[in-house]
Amino acid sequence: MGPVRESFIFEFLYCHLSLEASCSSVRVLNIAFIPENLSWISFILTAFFWIFVFINAALVGVLALIWGERRLIGKFQARLGPNRWGPLGLFTPVADAIKVMFKEDIEPTLSDKLIYVLAPILMVVPVFMIFPVIPYGAKTFLTNISVGVVFVLAITSINSLSVLMAGWASGNRFAIIGGIRAVAMLLSYEIPMGISAAGVVIVAGSLSLSEVVNNQVIPNAIFQPLGFITFLVASTAELNRSPFDITEAESELVAGYMTDYSSMKFGLFYLGEFMATIASSAIIVTFYFSGWRGPTFIPSEIWFLAKWIGVIAIFIWFRATFPRLRIDQIMSLAWKGLFELSLINILVLALMIAIWPDPSGMQLLLMTLINWVVFFLSIYIFGKILSPNLTGNKIKKRSVIYGLD
Amino acid sequence: MSTELVTMNIGPIHPSTHGVFRMRVTFDGETIIDAEPIIGYLHRGSEKLAEERTYTQVVTLTDRMDYTASMTNNQAYILSVEKLSGITPSERGVWLRMIAAELQRIAAHSVAIGFLINDLGAWHTPLLYLLREREKILELFEMMCGARITNSYLRPGGVFMDAPDEFWPSLNKFLDEMPNRLDDIENLLTDNEIILARTQNVATLKKDDAINASVTGPMLRASGVDWDLRHRNPYDYYEKISFRRPLGTVGDNNDRYLVRLHEIRESLKIVEQCLDLIEPGPVKPEEVPFLVRPPEGESYVPIEAPKGELGFYLVSDGGIAPFRCHVRAPSLINLTLLRDMVIGYKIADLFVTFGSIDVNMGEVDR
Repeated sequence: MGPVRESFIFEFLYCHLSLEASCSSVRVLNIAFIPENLSWISFILTAFFWIFVFINAALVGVLALIWGERRLIGKFQARLGPNRWGPLGLFTPVADAIKVMFKEDIEPTLSDKLIYVLAPILMVVPVFMIFPVIPYGAKTFLTNISVGVVFVLAITSINSLSVLMAGWASGNRFAIIGGIRAVAMLLSYEIPMGISAAGVVIVAGSLSLSEVVNNQVIPNAIFQPLGFITFLVASTAELNRSPFDITEAESELVAGYMTDYSSMKFGLFYLGEFMATIASSAIIVTFYFSGWRGPTFIPSEIWFLAKWIGVIAIFIWFRATFPRLRIDQIMSLAWKGLFELSLINILVLALMIAIWPDPSGMQLLLMTLINWVVFFLSIYIFGKILSPNLTGNKIKKRSVIYGLD
Repeated sequence: MSTELVTMNIGPIHPSTHGVFRMRVTFDGETIIDAEPIIGYLHRGSEKLAEERTYTQVVTLTDRMDYTASMTNNQAYILSVEKLSGITPSERGVWLRMIAAELQRIAAHSVAIGFLINDLGAWHTPLLYLLREREKILELFEMMCGARITNSYLRPGGVFMDAPDEFWPSLNKFLDEMPNRLDDIENLLTDNEIILARTQNVATLKKDDAINASVTGPMLRASGVDWDLRHRNPYDYYEKISFRRPLGTVGDNNDRYLVRLHEIRESLKIVEQCLDLIEPGPVKPEEVPFLVRPPEGESYVPIEAPKGELGFYLVSDGGIAPFRCHVRAPSLINLTLLRDMVIGYKIADLFVTFGSIDVNMGEVDR
């Protein structure tokens, strides 16, 4: 029954169902009734309960994010945002969800029916699998798998397949361009993302997400800023969010790969994207903001939640501010910028860990200092020397001249 | 690698065709091979309708041509009518319509810049900041004539009513605030690395090409040609006003953006000078009859509308309605260059270029 039994919240419920001997220490109330030889029943019941809780929490989280994003962007754009349905417009996403469900479900004649139906499902389902492995608090996690870092990176990259399927199956040219752009972009940004995450693994000395958090004395965002920036940019691209939203580029491709989707299929894409934002933010908090760690006068779950909302707000801020990059500039940024930066990051970290395998407090501070020096140097060099190559043309600030009388 | 060309139909219903513009575009991967503009989806026959209406009634038709710049449309038409029928406008009326026209230029350029940045993919934020400023201008228009978009403010001989007393403090407040707002916009956009990378050296329009295609307005000035009808061929009282004409150095999308932004600042200065020079008096001469009956003849007075040279060619047979009315629409003529400008660039550049030309389909199709 593996790593799930390490989880406190799982074990707690399980022991209140099963009469297993090893459970007696965890049990608070004596209400267990399933005999030990039928423990698989209690296991399944507990598992289904937590699956139910996590899926519904994720869905409520999406509703909250949709509301929060629209409110916050409203503030950014000097307008009110949704404020009609319920207090502060809180019910707006609920109304949206109901509306989406009752829309007409259209299947284009030219579509490849099976793939057309599968694509939105593939967008949503994998994202649910990220939530159980994230450690939300000192004791609050559902499972602690030993390869957590690899697992979340693998799962988050499945959605590029879904985007390609949707683009291909729609039989629409806007959609196919969006799908092909998605594959080119998402595959490119997997690489800097993975290499940056390797920096986190080097520091933690483990692939387990719990260990990543436990070993983060200094939050990685401060300890390895270069890795943080590359990971943040790469995950923005992975999420198809502005300024990398070329796959659904409203002003170019109408809605990109989901142009032909309507009703609940469109709703699933929408759901998947917002849920991926939530999941990615949780991963960033775990990797770079020391997860649930914080001064102990506040419960660790609250720390996690606060950091989580903060990272989501950064994504929303990006969306309200940046114009979109062009496809060739996006690819250049991945291969000529982020790839090298993440390599520099992992090289410097590996060297320092080789020199100080078990750093003391002072050594950690020194390593942080070195990392910041490397950060500024490499950003400066890439900004000054390589920037013309990054964007494809030499850019310089310009002003107008005035006509002579 | 062998690739296959893809022909795509973009528009007339599309988020960034600024109305009902249609293009048949051929792509090789992401690169544009051919782009054929198809127009006519908003044709309402304004020119023919003008033949059925009296000279004053036609003003309402001109509102609906370039609906982001109704005041300048009115101005172009009224100047032509005045020349045709030999009416000398009253001084205050002229100053009022110059103020209205320059405010309209600010509003129209705000819309142009806002939607250009929107086409670049900035999710509505700069657009809404600029529309907020435009809203203040629309409120000023509402004070002047009771309408916000389709103003019909001008009449042969001047304007139909004087601006109320509360208009002037509001206008002064707007003139005080607007430069700061423009600084904000510039801080947000002008040096933005992504915008520079996206717009510089894209869809460059050479001086000679621009002149040969009879492109006018900010698009021509962005290519470095110092041609502004307010300066070259002053109408109304523009010769009493001093203003600078911002010119581009390269002629790409970035220059077209910069020229518009700086023209807003110049327009603010023009309005301030108009405020110094305007004097109390009638807004329209008493002797102008309700039904204007120009003698037989023809007239054409070009003006510098926000989008370029706008002029109404009117032919009179001595009746109460124009015998023939033809509009020289800057949007239509500037749009003819789209195909030559975008070939060889990427899909994303097509929409940015289209936005930087700043066309209004109401004016293209009329």
